[in-house]
Amino acid sequence: MRSQSRRDFLKLLGLTGAACLAGTGTLSAAEGPAGSETAIAMLYDATKCVGCKACMTACKRVNFDQNNLSYEHLGSDKDQLWDAPLDLSGNTRTVIKLYKESPTRWSYVKHSCMHCTKPGCVSACPVKAMTKDSVTGVVSYNKNACIGCRYCQVACPYGIPRFQWDKAIPQIVKCDFCKETNLKEKGVPACAETCPAGAITYGKRKDLLVEAHRRIEESPDRYIPKVYGEKEVGGANHLYLAAFPFNKLGLPDLKEASPAEFSEHIQHTIYKGFIAPVALYGALAVIAMKNKKGQEKLGHGEDD
Amino acid sequence: MGSHHDEYQVQRGKILTKPFFVLLALVVIGFSLIAYRFFAGVGAVTGLSDGYPWGIWIAYDVATGTAFACGGYALALLIYIMNRWKYHPLIRSAILTSVFGYCLAGFSVMVDLGRYWNAYGFFLPQRWQGNSVMFEVALCVMSYSMVLIIEFLPAVLYTLEHSKWRRVREWANWLHPRLIPDTETLQSGLNAVSKVAGHVQIRLDKILIFFIVLGMTLPSMHQSSLGSMMIIAGDKLSPLWRTGFLPLLFLLNCIFIGYATVMFESILSSYGFKRKFEVHELAGIARIVPWIAGIWMTVRFGDLLWRQQLPNIFAFDLNSCFFLLEVALIGGGGFLLLSNKNRHSPRLLFVSAALLMLGGGLYRFNVYLIGFNPGPGWSYFPSTAEFLITAGIIALEILGYMVLVKIFPVMPNPKKHYEVEEQEALHPVGDAVPGNVYAGK
Repeated sequence: MRSQSRRDFLKLLGLTGAACLAGTGTLSAAEGPAGSETAIAMLYDATKCVGCKACMTACKRVNFDQNNLSYEHLGSDKDQLWDAPLDLSGNTRTVIKLYKESPTRWSYVKHSCMHCTKPGCVSACPVKAMTKDSVTGVVSYNKNACIGCRYCQVACPYGIPRFQWDKAIPQIVKCDFCKETNLKEKGVPACAETCPAGAITYGKRKDLLVEAHRRIEESPDRYIPKVYGEKEVGGANHLYLAAFPFNKLGLPDLKEASPAEFSEHIQHTIYKGFIAPVALYGALAVIAMKNKKGQEKLGHGEDD
Repeated sequence: MGSHHDEYQVQRGKILTKPFFVLLALVVIGFSLIAYRFFAGVGAVTGLSDGYPWGIWIAYDVATGTAFACGGYALALLIYIMNRWKYHPLIRSAILTSVFGYCLAGFSVMVDLGRYWNAYGFFLPQRWQGNSVMFEVALCVMSYSMVLIIEFLPAVLYTLEHSKWRRVREWANWLHPRLIPDTETLQSGLNAVSKVAGHVQIRLDKILIFFIVLGMTLPSMHQSSLGSMMIIAGDKLSPLWRTGFLPLLFLLNCIFIGYATVMFESILSSYGFKRKFEVHELAGIARIVPWIAGIWMTVRFGDLLWRQQLPNIFAFDLNSCFFLLEVALIGGGGFLLLSNKNRHSPRLLFVSAALLMLGGGLYRFNVYLIGFNPGPGWSYFPSTAEFLITAGIIALEILGYMVLVKIFPVMPNPKKHYEVEEQEALHPVGDAVPGNVYAGK
C-alpha cells in the first residue's frame, strides 16, 4: 500500500506540473480587445509639441480635488511658489519631458497612462480598484476599493501608476482620461482641450490610428515609421508619433504579447472551473484517509 | 481523540529567559517603527519607490517567509500522502512554525498595504477579481492561516483540558481581595473550561482530517501562485527568472524548503532546549530532499536551455552572480544529503538544511527583487527601519515559538520514537501541564 500511495502522489505532482505546462501553451480565456470599435484615444504627436506644459497645468487644475493631488516644489524653490514636477508621481498624472540628443536635435515627450487594451494593472488588481470601461476603453482607478498593495505598479510595463508614499492615507495616481471631470463636462480630456500646439488629438482610436499612419505616410522624413501604442503589449489607447526611437523618449521597447494575458492563461488553466483544486482536494482526501485507516489498524488502535 | 497522547510533550523550562528578552527588545523596536509607519506613510520608513513598489516586506516576509513556513505542508504530504507515520511526532512543531510564518506574513502585508482599511474588500464578492493572481494568493493565505490555527488547536485544547492552572491560581490568590470575589467561582469556571475543551476536542478530532487535507491543498495552490504573481511583471523581470514555469518552480521550491526547515528547526530546537537530536527521522526526510531539489534543478535548467538563456548565466553581472549563488546553495545543500553518512550527522544535516533554505529563499528573493528591474533611474535598498521591522517580525516568530512550546505539548516525545537512555522524558513538565503526561493527538 505504501508504494501504491507514493505512486498516487507522484501522479498528482505530475498532473500539477502538466497543468502548469499547459498554461504556457494553447488554452486561452482572454476576451477580445474591449470595445475596439468604440474605444476613445489620444494621439500625441511629439513633433508638434512645443513643451509649454499647459497640459500639465490643466490636468492638475481639473483633477486637483478629485485625486488629492498637490503641487510639487523644487528644493531650490524657497518660497514654494512654483509647481514644478520632474516626473509622474503621487501628485502628478501627466508630465512633459525634454529629450536632448544634441543641441540641435531634441524632442519633447508626454508621459501618462497608456490605457492599454489588455491592461496589466486591471489584471493584477485583486479588488477591482483598476477597471477598464468596456465601451470607451478608459482605464480608471477607484480609491474606495483600492487596498494599496501596489501590484498594479509591478504589473504596468510603462511604470505609470504612482503611489503617494509620503501620506498616511495614500492612493494610487494615474490618468483616467478626465473620466469624472473634463471628459464628463466637455467631452474631451483637459490636456487635449488645452494643448495650443495641436500635439494632442482626441477621438476614436480607430480614427486616430488611420490619422497617425496618414501623417507618417505624408511626411516620412518627419517621423520614424511606427505608431507607438498600436501593438505594444496588445495595444493601447494612447498613441504616439515621434521623430526619435521611442525607447530614447523613455517609452520601453515592448513585445506585442501581453504579460497580463500570459499570466491569466496560466491561472485560468490551473483554476478552470475550479476543477483542479477540487480534484486535488478530493484525491488527497482519499489517499490521506486510506492511509490513516491503515495506520490505525497497524498502530493497534492508536490513531494518527 | 485516539488512545495515545504520548507523541508530544511540553518542553520544560522557564519562559522568561535571556533570549526571550533579547527577542522582546527586537519585537518592541520593530513594532514601534510599524506604529510610526501608520502615522507617516509607507514612504517614511522604507526605501520603496514607484519603480520598486515592493521591497523586503513582500520579498522576504511574504514570498520567502511563507516558504520557510512550509514545514507543516511538506511534512503533511510525507505523512498522510506518502504514508510515513513515523514522522508524525515532528508535525506539531512544524505546524507551530507554519502558524507563525503565515500569520506574520499576513500581518506584514497589512503593514505594507497603503490602504489597509479597504482590505475587507476581499470578503465582498462584488469586488473579487478572479484574474488577479494576488486575489487567489490572498484568499488562500488567509484560509491557510485559519487552517493552520485549527490544526494546532488540539494541542491547545488538550492543555486547557488537563491543565492544573497553577499560574492562574497563583495570580488569583494574589488578586484575590481586589478583583476576584471568591475562589469557588474561579474553580468552577476553570472546570467548565476544561470540560468544554474536552468536548470540542472530541468533535474536532473527528473532522480534523478534512482540515489537514485542506492544509495540503491550499499551499499547493498559493505557493505555485506566488510564482505566477511575478509573470505579469513581464520584461521587468530578468529572463533568468521570468518563465511560464514559475508556478511549478515555486511549488517544488517550497516543498524542499519545507523539509529543510523541519530539519533546521528540529536540530536548532534540540540544541537550544538540550534535547536529543531526532537524527533517525531527519535522516529519512533528508533522503527525499535531494530528489525534489534535483527535479527543481532539472526544470530550472531545462527551461533556461529551452529559452536559450544559458549564455546569460555566465554574464557575471549582478543577475548572473545571484543566479549562480542560488544554484550553488541549493545544489550544495542537496548534494550533501546524497550521502547516507552525512544524513546521520546532525552537523551536516543542519548545514545542508541551512544551505537549502538560503538558496531556496534566495531564489524567491531573486524573483521578487534582485531580478526585478523597472528600468533606468530606479534603485532600491531597504532602509534601516525596513530591516528593523522585518527583524522584529522574525523575532516575534522565534519568541512565539519558544514560549508556546513551553506551554503546549508541541515537541516530539523522544520516548515515542527512539530509546532514551536518560529518563528525562519521565518529567516533561511545563508550566501548564502536569508531570508525567505526554500530551497530544
